[in-house]
Amino acid sequence: MTADVPGRTGLSLSELAMVPVRLAMSFIDAPLRWVQKTFGLGGMATFFLLPNMLIFGIFVLLPFFINFAYSMTGGTALFLPDRSFVGTDQYARLFDCANYLDPNSCVEDTFWTAVGNTGWFVVLQVTLMIGFSLVTALILNRDLRARSFWRAVFFFPVLLSPVVVGLIWKWILQRQGLLNFGLFSFGFEPHVWLNDRTWSFAATVGVSIWAHMGFYTLIILAGLQAIPKDLYEAAEMDGTRTSRVFLRITLPLLMPNLLVVIVLVLIRAVQIFDEVYVLTGGGPGTSTLYLTQYIYETGFATQLRNPGLAAAASILMGVVLVVLTLLQLGLSRPSEKKGSRK
Amino acid sequence: MSRAVEFLFRRKGGKGWHWTDIVTWVWLVGGLFIMFGPAVWLVGSSFKSPAALAEFPPTILPYVTQKATVEAYDKPLDLYEVTLEDGSKATLAEVRRIGVVSQMVDPVKPGEIVKVNIANRTPVRQMSFAAENYTEPFTHFDFVRYLWNSVFVTVTATLITLVVNSMAAFALSKYEFRGRTFAMLLILATLMVPLSVIMVPLYSIVSVLGLFNNLWGVILPTVATPTGVFILRQYMLTIPDELIDAARMDKASEWQIYWRIILPLTAPALAVLAIFSVVWRWNDFLWPLIVLSRKELYTLQVGLSIYSGELNVQWHFILAMTVVTMIPVVLVFLFLQRFITTGIAGTGLK
Repeated sequence: MTADVPGRTGLSLSELAMVPVRLAMSFIDAPLRWVQKTFGLGGMATFFLLPNMLIFGIFVLLPFFINFAYSMTGGTALFLPDRSFVGTDQYARLFDCANYLDPNSCVEDTFWTAVGNTGWFVVLQVTLMIGFSLVTALILNRDLRARSFWRAVFFFPVLLSPVVVGLIWKWILQRQGLLNFGLFSFGFEPHVWLNDRTWSFAATVGVSIWAHMGFYTLIILAGLQAIPKDLYEAAEMDGTRTSRVFLRITLPLLMPNLLVVIVLVLIRAVQIFDEVYVLTGGGPGTSTLYLTQYIYETGFATQLRNPGLAAAASILMGVVLVVLTLLQLGLSRPSEKKGSRK
Repeated sequence: MSRAVEFLFRRKGGKGWHWTDIVTWVWLVGGLFIMFGPAVWLVGSSFKSPAALAEFPPTILPYVTQKATVEAYDKPLDLYEVTLEDGSKATLAEVRRIGVVSQMVDPVKPGEIVKVNIANRTPVRQMSFAAENYTEPFTHFDFVRYLWNSVFVTVTATLITLVVNSMAAFALSKYEFRGRTFAMLLILATLMVPLSVIMVPLYSIVSVLGLFNNLWGVILPTVATPTGVFILRQYMLTIPDELIDAARMDKASEWQIYWRIILPLTAPALAVLAIFSVVWRWNDFLWPLIVLSRKELYTLQVGLSIYSGELNVQWHFILAMTVVTMIPVVLVFLFLQRFITTGIAGTGLK
């Protein structure tokens, strides 16, 4: 096609780049014709599926199963054959507490601190995240000029890497940072936010909401746009109040979509790590130490690493995630059916 | 003027302002500042010299105090606008400061020292972009290496992801075979096994395969994404089977059908997956942090986090490197954001 353009002759650059790919593909074709002839279509199906399944098998399923074996062994050795079998000792160690409400009374006090922190983090972050995303989606669903621009505004941080997000906010929250400057110009005392246990916890909640709310806003917005417009027109004709329209039309019809989003936020919140690791490093002290960081540090980073203990902790976290994922699949199934019926 | 204001604030259908309109605009404009502000502040700060970064209160634009080289003094001295006792003004260079008194010299006649109260002097400032924040990491640190590692990981992983996932999606959407449902369920199930759950055993497997401290150890575990198979399969299901039947009648091999019919028709979905994959792999952090322990193998994300975690953080370099790390993602945002947002809204997957 491009060759017909006046002033251009021969192959375009992109076509030229495709030549080796074309050659490679036809070289692959000859042996594959043989496979097809010998093993039939079923053999070809296996061939197409094989690379993906192999990678899944080696890097996801295999680790998943040997994780149980790891959690039953002790010592600092990394390779499974070098490790000694200890039964359920690692689990017993994790659960060895005098008083379950007080992390300090446990043998693995950092584990329970991490569990407690993660619990609070999840509760706060999920509530606020849903609140902010819902309000933003409702606003974006209004009759707006330049809606796609505003949608993009809230989506921007979603693409940033967690490390960049962490550094951006570390820079703003530091002693001479923008936040202190803002407070200072209104006559308030500057504060070293990330050295303060409560504030650094609040910062991890706030920053993770900042970074991800655009993503959930987008899903909720898609749900809102699926609500039939004639319902709103009817309500407007009846002169229904805005709050009533929201409670009687928007919320019930959005519920299936919203539930899926809630579970999705939950699943992500339980695994929070990257931004927090860069922003606070789990500190000050252990005030922002969350589960994934506990597993990472127990398994790899500390001097006396204990892969067995890390594996046991990760399995406990995995159980929570599996329950949440099944919940999500259960919730999203009916809505999928609704979509296909249309 | 008033007509312009009227035009800006006019409402569709000539209706008046409702309280929800005000909330909407406050929310949107506030969102504009909160979402872009921090990143803009970072970019602005990245052009400041270390001295300007240490200032409080900070300036919006990168200003530095002007310096002058004065005879008989080794180092360049800071220049100040000074109000002298007789009320006249002069530009002097500061030699040293003792308490509230600053000892200064005239850069033109450096002989005599003038004592000035520090309340009577203001620094001479000029705008200056510290480009060395950007150039020095490229020459003094392994920054080019990190950049190259990140590009290599991102490009290779994305290419493999596209090939492997589209092959699997083709098998799962266009073939009837025993175990198809099982394979589909297996892929779905892996959604439940995130990295944070399997990192300990995955690390040992990667080590056994000799991929520890190897960029392939970062690439391979990430390429078989369930999300990718999902997006592509959904799309391939919409391609009519008649096309494939017709090709088979023309004696096309299955590989040719995949390569010359299915792949070109799946291009839109492949594009979405490619964009996703580039952003994912570029942003990956925890796994590279575990697999790469040799400095020259760090990706940008790992390198940045290690440098920013040091005791004496060289913020002027960190900020500039963060900006460079942001660039590809910002480009994706500017030009391809629409594909991503429709992709997410369509599948609900990230």
